[in-house]
Amino acid sequence: MIAQAGSLDVALEVHGLCKSFGRQQALRGVDLLVRDGERLAIFGPNGAGKTTLLRILAGLARPTSGQARLWGVDLRDQEGEGRRRIGLVSHGAFLYQDLTVAENLGYYGQLYATNRAERGRLNQRIAELIEWIEMDYYRDRLVRTLSRGMQQRVSLARAMVHDPALLLLDEPYAGLDPRAAALLDQMLERCSAAGQTMLFTSHDLERGARLAQRIAILHRGRIVHETTAEAWQGALTYERYTGAEPA
Amino acid sequence: MTTLRHAAQIAWRDIAIELRTRESLSTMLLLALMLLAIFAFGFQLRVGDMREVAPGVLWVSFAFTGMLGLSRSLTRDRNQGILEGLMLSPVDRGAIYAGKVLANLAAMLATEALILPLFQALFGVPVISAPLLLIAVLGSIGFVAIGTSLAAMTVNTRAREALLPVLLFPVTVPVLIAAVQATGALLEGEGWAAIVHWVRLLLAYDAIALISGYLTSESILEQ
Repeated sequence: MIAQAGSLDVALEVHGLCKSFGRQQALRGVDLLVRDGERLAIFGPNGAGKTTLLRILAGLARPTSGQARLWGVDLRDQEGEGRRRIGLVSHGAFLYQDLTVAENLGYYGQLYATNRAERGRLNQRIAELIEWIEMDYYRDRLVRTLSRGMQQRVSLARAMVHDPALLLLDEPYAGLDPRAAALLDQMLERCSAAGQTMLFTSHDLERGARLAQRIAILHRGRIVHETTAEAWQGALTYERYTGAEPA
Repeated sequence: MTTLRHAAQIAWRDIAIELRTRESLSTMLLLALMLLAIFAFGFQLRVGDMREVAPGVLWVSFAFTGMLGLSRSLTRDRNQGILEGLMLSPVDRGAIYAGKVLANLAAMLATEALILPLFQALFGVPVISAPLLLIAVLGSIGFVAIGTSLAAMTVNTRAREALLPVLLFPVTVPVLIAAVQATGALLEGEGWAAIVHWVRLLLAYDAIALISGYLTSESILEQ
């Protein structure tokens, strides 16, 4: 059953979203619907607009036109409250290189905490997250001394520190070794089991399709195809709609 | 209240990192030392009364080291993705601006606290007094308030190192004129009455710079 726009079980609705950088159009009218608790993968070649789309949804950039609604409320009207419901994992780890793993999580946790009680529970939450990303041994290490894979794990913990309802992941597997990628798989499956809605982009079609319930192809700033994970035919579908081989 | 708490958290985090790494402070101080040494050797050959050039030398040193601190602070944040990390959180953009202003101001004032005794030793002009410290603080607030906005605007451009001074120095001319004139009057031994209009100008500039920086922070950060 497909959710209807405006209904309560719709986590994210995007209508006619456009973004231009000067004369270059990065997004040319993106329409998307993501149900509460759903995992949607967005595939597309380099320059398709995947990162721009996620940056707009996370509040890091403004669309040129169009609308994005989070649980029925326009992102522009949500201000801080909307950002409290979103966690973003992106190419950049958004971590202070000269702070330790625990200090980074503590700092971001403090910014998200709304009251004294939440701030009081923060240490416990950070301990859980550090155990979850299997970084107990490294909790007091400066982030600058960690490998790319480890920083990506800390970045995921940072995005999860406020227990967001919607997790946006931009190429989360980029630069990860097989062990770190497998660990990330486990972590995302746990997020999904906890009912978190996920929207992620990936060049790894096989891994992405395994994790997703629904798949969309973004090409030249538009969603050109949407399908379920069951109906997805991997590289065949990708090539048909983008005219390019998967990266 | 939340905005103030967030601004204080952001400022304290930057200050704590600076205390740990001393990256900006050490380069700012090194630049100040070089400037003072060049001015000392250059002017002592020709100038009879050092008090005539002291205000200019002092404020050129403050301005150059302050600009270096602004540039380094925002460039580090850009390289580490810190600004984006803060923008993802439910923190008001104005609080991010206020936090950065507080941290940059702390760095500039710390450098000035080291420049002043050094200046006094090299030039033999007594510059450590309460009214002069007030002028230094007021001038630095205006400089940093405008400088933080401009550094955030230019940090994503290719020519940021060149662009920041080109934009910053013309718009801080009123601050530099008022601060240099007030400093000169104080070094000449004139009283409060001689500097009160310069103090008013500095206060007005500071207020305008802080309010405009706060109000434009959302557009600047989300550009």
